[in-house]
Amino acid sequence: MPHSGTHKFIRVPSRAIVALIAACGFVLVACGSDVASTTITVVTHDSFAVSDEVIADFEQRSGLTVQFLESADAGTMVSEAILTQGKPIGDVLFGVDNTFLGRALDSGIFRSYKSPALANIPLEFQVDNGNFVTPVDYGDVCINYWVDAFDEPPSSLADLTDSAYEGLFVTQNPETSSPGMAMLLATVAAFGEEGWEDYWEALRANGVAVTSGWSDAYYGEFVGAGGDRSLVTSYASSPVAEVIYADPAIDVAPTAIIEDSCFRQIEFAGVLAGAKNVSGAEQFIDFLLSDSFQNDVPLNMFVYPVSPSATLPEAFVEHSVVPATSATLDPATIEANRSAWTERWVEIVLR
Amino acid sequence: MTGRGTSRRTTVLLGLVPAVFIGVFFLLPLAVIFGETLAFSRSTVTTLTGSSVRSVVWFTTWQATVSTAVTLVIGLPIAWALARFRFPGRQFVRAAVTVPFVLPTVVVASAFTRIGSLQIGTSVWAILWAHVFFNVAVVVRSLSGYWARLDPAIEEQARVLGASPIIVFRRITLPRLQPVLLSAAAIVFLFTFSSFGVVLLLSGGRRATIETEVWRYATQRTEFDVAAVLALMQLLVVGAMLWVAGRAGRKQRQVDGVTVDHGVAPASWRQRTQLGACLALALVVIGIPLVSLVGRSLRSGNAWSANNYLRLFDDPGPSSPLAEPIWQIGANSVWFAVLASVLAASTGLLAAIVLHRVRGRIAVFLDGLVLLPLGASAVMLGLGLLLTFDTEPFDWRASWFLIPVAHALVGFPFVVRSVLPMIRNIEPGLREAAATLGASPRQVWRSVDEPIVRRAFGVGAGFAFAVSVGEFGATSFLARPQRLTMPTAIFRLLGRPGAVTYGQAMALSVVLMVVTATAMLLIERGRGGGVGDF
Repeated sequence: MPHSGTHKFIRVPSRAIVALIAACGFVLVACGSDVASTTITVVTHDSFAVSDEVIADFEQRSGLTVQFLESADAGTMVSEAILTQGKPIGDVLFGVDNTFLGRALDSGIFRSYKSPALANIPLEFQVDNGNFVTPVDYGDVCINYWVDAFDEPPSSLADLTDSAYEGLFVTQNPETSSPGMAMLLATVAAFGEEGWEDYWEALRANGVAVTSGWSDAYYGEFVGAGGDRSLVTSYASSPVAEVIYADPAIDVAPTAIIEDSCFRQIEFAGVLAGAKNVSGAEQFIDFLLSDSFQNDVPLNMFVYPVSPSATLPEAFVEHSVVPATSATLDPATIEANRSAWTERWVEIVLR
Repeated sequence: MTGRGTSRRTTVLLGLVPAVFIGVFFLLPLAVIFGETLAFSRSTVTTLTGSSVRSVVWFTTWQATVSTAVTLVIGLPIAWALARFRFPGRQFVRAAVTVPFVLPTVVVASAFTRIGSLQIGTSVWAILWAHVFFNVAVVVRSLSGYWARLDPAIEEQARVLGASPIIVFRRITLPRLQPVLLSAAAIVFLFTFSSFGVVLLLSGGRRATIETEVWRYATQRTEFDVAAVLALMQLLVVGAMLWVAGRAGRKQRQVDGVTVDHGVAPASWRQRTQLGACLALALVVIGIPLVSLVGRSLRSGNAWSANNYLRLFDDPGPSSPLAEPIWQIGANSVWFAVLASVLAASTGLLAAIVLHRVRGRIAVFLDGLVLLPLGASAVMLGLGLLLTFDTEPFDWRASWFLIPVAHALVGFPFVVRSVLPMIRNIEPGLREAAATLGASPRQVWRSVDEPIVRRAFGVGAGFAFAVSVGEFGATSFLARPQRLTMPTAIFRLLGRPGAVTYGQAMALSVVLMVVTATAMLLIERGRGGGVGDF
C-alpha cells in the first residue's frame, strides 16, 4: 500500500515548525477555528450544484450551517479523501460514483450510517451493504448522435464497428475521464472479459477518435459545436440539456441517445470517518434523500433522483429517455480490474 | 549604508518575509507530502524502471527542448521589431503578446482543438504550437525591453566594415543578448517541462509529461508513492536546470543607461517590410487562436451576434451551471487577484531587494529558488497544502484565503523577475551624488530609491494580478469554497452540453482576455520605460 505508517514521523516536527512560523505573521487563524457543531462541511466534486433556496430551507429547519468545499473531478476527490484519512477536510463527501466506490470503501474513509430514508429507495441503487455510503442520484452514460446526420443511426455498440459509421465516433480516454471510463465498462459488460478487447480493436480500425475529457469531445469534435464527428460518448440527459440551453429555443432535441449503449453511474454520499459533526452529517445525508433535494437534482446536475417519490421537471419528462437497459458492474470488480483494463485499453486504442 | 554588519542584518531582515512565505506555503507542503508518500517499494521500482516511465521522461525532455527552441526562434524577430522600431501601437503589441501567457489552459485548449474549419485535433503539433503560443511572451517581453536599450552603433559599424547581417547577429548581437536570452530560455523550459493542462487536454492521453503522470498516479490511481517519486524526479531536473542556467547567466548584463530607447521609426520601405513581417509572424502565432476564440464568442445559432455576452447576465438559478451572477464572479476574481497581487508584489519586491544585495553562490541559489514554484509539481503542492494545514488552529483547508495564497505563489517568481532589473538599474552614482549634496539617508531613499521601488511594486503587482485572474492550475487541487472565479466558471460552463453554455463560455473567455490585456497595458504605462524581464 502507498500508505505505510513508517513515514509518519516526518510530520511531527514539520507541524511544530508550522506552528512556530505561522504564529509569527499569519493572523488568519480565525477563518477556520470557530467551527462549532452547528456547521457542517460538505466536500463535493466540481460538477456539484444545488439551488440556494433548497440549502437555505435545510439550514433553517435543521439549525445547521452548510459549507461546501469543491474539489476537482470525482477521482481526485476520492484520492484526496484517502490522503487526508482520519483528518478529513469535511464531514460529508458527496459524489463518489460506482466506478470509484470500491476504492473508497476499501480504504475505509467513511463511517457507517443507515439513513431511515433508505427504506423508500429501490434496492438496485443500494449497492453498499455496509451502509457506508448512501445512493443519491444516477445517470446513464450513453452514445449520443446528431439526429440530422443519420438516415439510419446505429442502434447498438456493435453497430459502431460497421464501416457505415467509419470515422464518426469520438469518445474519451478512461484514464482521464469519467464518461470515458463508463464507456469502457459498458463494453466490458456487453462483450465480456474476453470480447471487449477485440471490440476496441475493431473500433480503432473503424477510426474512433479519443479526447482527454468530455468537453474536448463534445465541443471540440462533435458536430454540435462545429466538429466533424456525429457520434459522441455523453450522457442520457444531454439531449435535454440541448433543449434547455438552446438559443434560439427549440422543441425537439438535435441529439438523441443509442439506448443499447449505456452504462449506469450511481452517485453516493457518505459521512467521512473522523467527521467533526457526525450528527449534523447524518442529518445532511437524510436531507439528500428528501424530496426537497431530490426534486432539485435533475436541473442542477442533469442526473436522476434515486427517490421514486421525487417529481421530475417537465423538460426531463418530455425530452429525456431513461434507457430500458443500462449496463452495470459490481464496484468491487471495477476496482479490482480498473488499472489493468485501462492500461490494456490504452495499448489497444492509443499506442 | 553604514557598516557591512548592519547591511547584512538588513538583508536578512528584509528576506525574512519572503522566506517565511515561500517556506510555509511552498517548501513545507512539498516536504510534508514527500515525507508522507515517498516510498521505494518493489512496485514503485518496477513502475519507475518500466519502459512507459522512460518514454514519459524522454517525451517530457524532448517536447520541452523543442518548444523552447521554437519559442526562441519565433520570439526573437518579434522582440527585435519591438526593440528596434517605434511605431504607433507598440505598447499595445507588447501587451497583446502577453495575453496568451496569462490565459487559463481550459480556454486555450478549446481555442486550439479547432481553428476555424481547420481541425488540429489532438496531436503533438497542437501541443508545440500551444506551448509557443503561451510562452512567446516570455521571450518577447524580456528581450525587447533589453534589446531596445542596447546601442545599435556597434552593429552598424560592423555592417559598415562589411560584415554580413548573419555574422553581425552571431558575433555581436547574440553575445550581447546572451544573459537575457538564457534567462528567458530557462523560464520557457521550466514551463514546458512541467506542462500539465496543455499536454493533458491536447493529447487525448497519447502523450504524457512527468507532471501529467504525477496527476494520473496521484488522483486517478491513488498511487501516491509512484506520484511522489515522479514529482521528486521532476523537481531534481528542474532544480539542476535552474542551477546551470543560474551559473551561466551570471555574466554581467550590459545595459547602456537606464532610459535610453534606441528604437527608431521605420524610415525606409525595407524597414517597414521588416517590421510588417515580424508583426505578421506575431499575428499568425498568437493572433489566429485568439481571433478564432473571439469569433466563436460572437456566433450564436449560425449567425453573428452579441447574444453570448448578453446571456452572461442571465439570472443564475437551477439549470444554470453558474451558481452566482456574473458580476459576482467577476468581483470574486478581482478580489482574489487584488489580494494575490498585494501578497506577491510585497514578498516579491522584498525578495528582489535581497537578491540585489547578495552575491556569489548564495545569489545563484536564491535566484533558482525564486523560480522553483514554476517548475515544481502543482499537483503535489496542492496535496501537500491539504496535508500540512490539517491541524487546529492551522486547519486552513476550508479557508478561502489559500486560493489567493496559491495564486501569489505562481505570481511571486514573475514579480521578482520583473522588479529585479528595475532595482539593479538604480544608479549607485545617483545615491552618492545626493548624499554628497547633503541629503540625509532618508532623503536619499525618498528622492532616489522610493520612486523606482514604488513603480517596481506597481509593475510587479500588475503582473501578479494578471497571472491570478487567469490562474487555474494550482488552485484546482485545493478544496475550494464555492466561490466561482472567471476560469472556474468557464470550466463549469464547458462541462455542460448546449449552445447557450458553450457560447457563454466563449464570451467569458474573451472577457477574461480583455481584463488581462487591460492589466498588461496598465503595466506598460506604469513601467515608464524601465527594463524588466517580463
